[in-house]
Amino acid sequence: MGRLRRSSFYSVAAVVAFVVLWQLATLGTDPTLFPPPTTVADAAIELVSNGTLGSAILVSLQRVFLGWILGSVIAIPLGILAGTSRIARAVVDPFIHFFRFVPALALVSVFILWFGIGEASKVNLVAYSAAFIVMVNTASGAASVHADKLNAARSMGAGRVTLLRAVVFPATVPHIFTGMRLALANAFLVIVAAEALATQNGIGFLIWNARTYFRTDQIFVGILCFGILGFIVDRLWKRIGSTFLRRYLFSAGGY
Amino acid sequence: MTGAERNEAVSFRDIGIDFTGGRGDWVLRHLDLTVEAGEFFVIVGPSGCGKSTLLRLIAGIADATEGDVRTPEGPVTRPGADRAMIFQNVDVPLMEWLTAKQNVEFGLRMQGRPRAERSAVADDFLRKVGLQNAAGKYPHELSGGMKQRVQIARVLAVSPGIVLMDEPFAALDAQTRKLLQHEVSRLWREEVRTVIYVTHDIREAVLLGQRIAVMSAPPQAGIKSMYQVDLPYPRDEFSPGFVELARQVEIDIEEEVNKLWADSAVPRSTR
Ligand SMILES: Nc1ncnc2c1ncn2[C@@H]1O[C@H](COP(=O)(O)OP(=O)(O)OP(=O)(O)O)[C@@H](O)[C@H]1O
Ligand SMILES: [Mg+2]
Repeated sequence: MGRLRRSSFYSVAAVVAFVVLWQLATLGTDPTLFPPPTTVADAAIELVSNGTLGSAILVSLQRVFLGWILGSVIAIPLGILAGTSRIARAVVDPFIHFFRFVPALALVSVFILWFGIGEASKVNLVAYSAAFIVMVNTASGAASVHADKLNAARSMGAGRVTLLRAVVFPATVPHIFTGMRLALANAFLVIVAAEALATQNGIGFLIWNARTYFRTDQIFVGILCFGILGFIVDRLWKRIGSTFLRRYLFSAGGY
Repeated sequence: MTGAERNEAVSFRDIGIDFTGGRGDWVLRHLDLTVEAGEFFVIVGPSGCGKSTLLRLIAGIADATEGDVRTPEGPVTRPGADRAMIFQNVDVPLMEWLTAKQNVEFGLRMQGRPRAERSAVADDFLRKVGLQNAAGKYPHELSGGMKQRVQIARVLAVSPGIVLMDEPFAALDAQTRKLLQHEVSRLWREEVRTVIYVTHDIREAVLLGQRIAVMSAPPQAGIKSMYQVDLPYPRDEFSPGFVELARQVEIDIEEEVNKLWADSAVPRSTR
């Protein structure tokens, strides 16, 4: 406990030192190019008080969350299938390896054409990128379940479907959990791209919009928002893991 | 079905195993063997002669290249709860997200037994292996010996006609191993099931088995000799009969192990 408190003291001290250095580094520079923390704080207060920041955060979080869930819900069963069936694996493998290298950014315009300028195009873009990450992790987890664990279950009477539900899926939970964690981090990268075009709200829009008015201080507010939100959401996900998925994750080490 | 056949638990007819898929590299070949119902049957032999593979054939998780494996229900084609296997590696077969008790219930769940019955049977078998106080613990909270007892309880709970054990205690310390050997022997006598048991430990073989089959060295391994153990249970490993039989089996296996070494590329001087 003492060690934990000391290490979090160092973390806080490092952040404070960083902010002070930032302030010092901006001395004598043009605040429109490199705003000091005080200017960024002023901009943040302004954006909070007129309600812009709050609604931007809510809108972006909703897109991230919906897209992430949608992508995961599609990817988990497909991943289990690809990890356990040679044929399914052979069918999906070429597509996975192709689309893995197509960045979400490259698809923004296409998604707007297909899904319109509404929420669907943003949510689907996040879902698209989340699905690949979750699927690859789930498939590799499902494929790595030890053959004798399956044999043990089969020799006690488990059929094919039961085997997937009662052995493969629970054994893969740690991989799914990790995949969803990576996908969540990735969703924050994708949302900026998704909010670059055809939208009037969200943190991504706030950043792109501030750029047109040369409000560097607001851009910094947006950047800080992503960092802080990502951090909080990642912590929450870990907390969910250690509270609700403890028995699946604990033996796999670490959470 | 004739009266004689009814007492067979499992029989191998002219079994051949070739993992190279027809290139004629036979691990074992022309193997015939019949295990009687209710028998404690031990298989010993040099490493790589196909002992584990034989158990996998019975369990229905591996296929023979030649010949067939039969139980009174017919030829073995797939796994079934009438032939359950206890694996050597204690960390693999248990479900690490389930408690000891849930693990013991697992097989019953696979068979769709009602919850109340599952719970009662699991409690019963946990008690039989001395783990009633560890029911709520997860596998990573158990020692190797405890995990192996959970595995034994889990398999016995589904009441398989044949219990297959592949060096179940090889990874455990000497004290725990001894304790579990006596437990297995007692459970077998109480429950009267067919047990087919593979081991490298000759003391263990003579302590437990009613018959001991010694396998010959690969390639084309087979059953080299068969020993009938007429010593009463529980056995005294210091009795003259025990010591003498253990010596015979030991010499028998050593001959095969030496063949393996002589056939290999390892020069004699490095032995
Ligand atoms: N799935 C497999 N694919 C290819 N070869 C295999 C496979 N399983 C076993 N073998 C080979 O078959 C032979 C017999 O293996 P098996 O595991 O049955 O031996 P064993 O008698 O149990 O040996 P040990 O006493 O060392 O456990 C070995 O040469 C092994 O390499
Ligand atoms: Mg073996």
